[in-house]
Amino acid sequence: MSRSRATAAAPLDAARIREDFPIFGRVVRGKPLVYLDNANSTQKPRAVIDVESRFYESQYSNIHRGVYLLSQEATDLYDRARERVARFLNARSPREIVFVRGTTEAINLVASSWGRTRLTEGDEVLISAMEHHSGIVPWQMICRETGARLRVIPVDDDGEIDLAAAEAAFTARTRILSVIHVSNALGTVNPVKALVCLARARGVPVLLDGAQTISHRSVDVQDLGCDFYVFSGHKLFGPTGIGVLWAREAILDAMPPYQGGGNMIRTVTFDETTYAPLPFKFEAGTTNIAGTLGLAAAIDYVDSIGYDAIAAHEARLVASMIEGLSAIPEVRLIGRPKERVGVVSLVVDGVHPHDVGTVLDLEGVAVRAGHHCVQPLMSRFGLVATVRASVAFYNTPEDVAALVAAVRKSIAVFRG
Amino acid sequence: MSDLRDLYQEVILDHSKRPRNFRRPELVTGEAHGRNPLCGDTLTVYVDVENGTIKDVAFQGHGCAISTASASMMTESLKGKTVEEGRSLFEWFHRLLTTPPGIGPPAGPLGKLAVFSGVREFPVRVKCATLAWHTLQAALDGTARATTE
Repeated sequence: MSRSRATAAAPLDAARIREDFPIFGRVVRGKPLVYLDNANSTQKPRAVIDVESRFYESQYSNIHRGVYLLSQEATDLYDRARERVARFLNARSPREIVFVRGTTEAINLVASSWGRTRLTEGDEVLISAMEHHSGIVPWQMICRETGARLRVIPVDDDGEIDLAAAEAAFTARTRILSVIHVSNALGTVNPVKALVCLARARGVPVLLDGAQTISHRSVDVQDLGCDFYVFSGHKLFGPTGIGVLWAREAILDAMPPYQGGGNMIRTVTFDETTYAPLPFKFEAGTTNIAGTLGLAAAIDYVDSIGYDAIAAHEARLVASMIEGLSAIPEVRLIGRPKERVGVVSLVVDGVHPHDVGTVLDLEGVAVRAGHHCVQPLMSRFGLVATVRASVAFYNTPEDVAALVAAVRKSIAVFRG
Repeated sequence: MSDLRDLYQEVILDHSKRPRNFRRPELVTGEAHGRNPLCGDTLTVYVDVENGTIKDVAFQGHGCAISTASASMMTESLKGKTVEEGRSLFEWFHRLLTTPPGIGPPAGPLGKLAVFSGVREFPVRVKCATLAWHTLQAALDGTARATTE
């Protein structure tokens, strides 16, 4: 790999960045790894791996418990990681940052804690037709329990939310709007600020699922104006098993705990328990301490590259991916969002997505083939599955070329 | 080690492009609907069993090359066999797909079905190859629905 190819037109040097990621030294099925499954999960830079190793090797103890030095140090590191996340999201306070296992747990926490106390028979939870299953099922479960029901904002043929349709979906019974910020299957950047406006005008709180946003765009929760924002560390080049729920302090204060146990209490008797202040009220038991430190390291790493450079680099990759794939007559791209980040979904006429995926795998190209946990959205487009290629800042034009060549090869195999 | 042609052998590609017995027979004594929740593939297997013998077996549905070819070749290999022979063949087929790569595949009565031995290299695709067989079993048992789960 050449060390510096940076020009004015290419401020981000992907070749140099790849050296920070040990996995790109790997050979897969005899070929260099072409990793285009970033919407599923992202690879880890040395900085993240090192922070976790260092914690276990020389800093490890549990937090908030011991009177000894190690425990104090571990607690300080953990608290600093929370402050780092708060700054990253432009939260008003670290008390608004709750560490969870990931996006899925964050939505479950809100559905369970907020939903159980706020939803009653006949109330409506408003979601979009492009939600990930994690933005559907937790709400469905709490609806079943409370007698509330789901209402769904439709998605048009381009793979976008129509704002007029969204506005029409609000009713007097709408209690919350829960929407994916960027579609994991189509890459659509949803008009979340306009949606927040519609909701706020009606006094409806908004949850935004930022799982697919966070590796591509900077997020400012105050600017977005939402009430809940959730994301996963593993999609931000951080560890698995760590994620973030951000919510306004007043909302979190009013919500009952999600799980009971150690760490989330102030005092416990057999008659009564008083809860710890925010955010600990929502962090029962020993949390993923190493993962939390890894997440903060991942944020530092991404910030060192900069979201402007990331966005410019990825926009070029996605544009050339769309251009290369569109030139293949048998390929149909799913969705044509005006604003898109990171993701291209496609089907090949007459070739099943899993067969395309296997041919790509044998070429060393890792993509996802399947329903991407959006079965209702797949049905909307009359599909059961697609092939999805998704980029991160470490991808290169060579990765895109390898993808396009491998898709052509799959056509030659199955239609030749 | 694992090459494209080890998995997608000519005979598999041929059956996936031109599946045999892709129809609903006139006489059906049992049928079942199979679904692979992983990829959403679905197929229906129809059997016509008379006095313990599979007189006709056919299928319809939508799937990947592996699952379509597997269903097609399954129907060809079952016609005229007894129900017991059919169940035994599934056991052999399952053994073929779950024998670790590198170990010679079991011979047994598999015949042409041995072309699926390449699927062993791709564990996530094993369910594609067995979907038709699970569905066949449900059709023979009269359980109407099968899944690879």
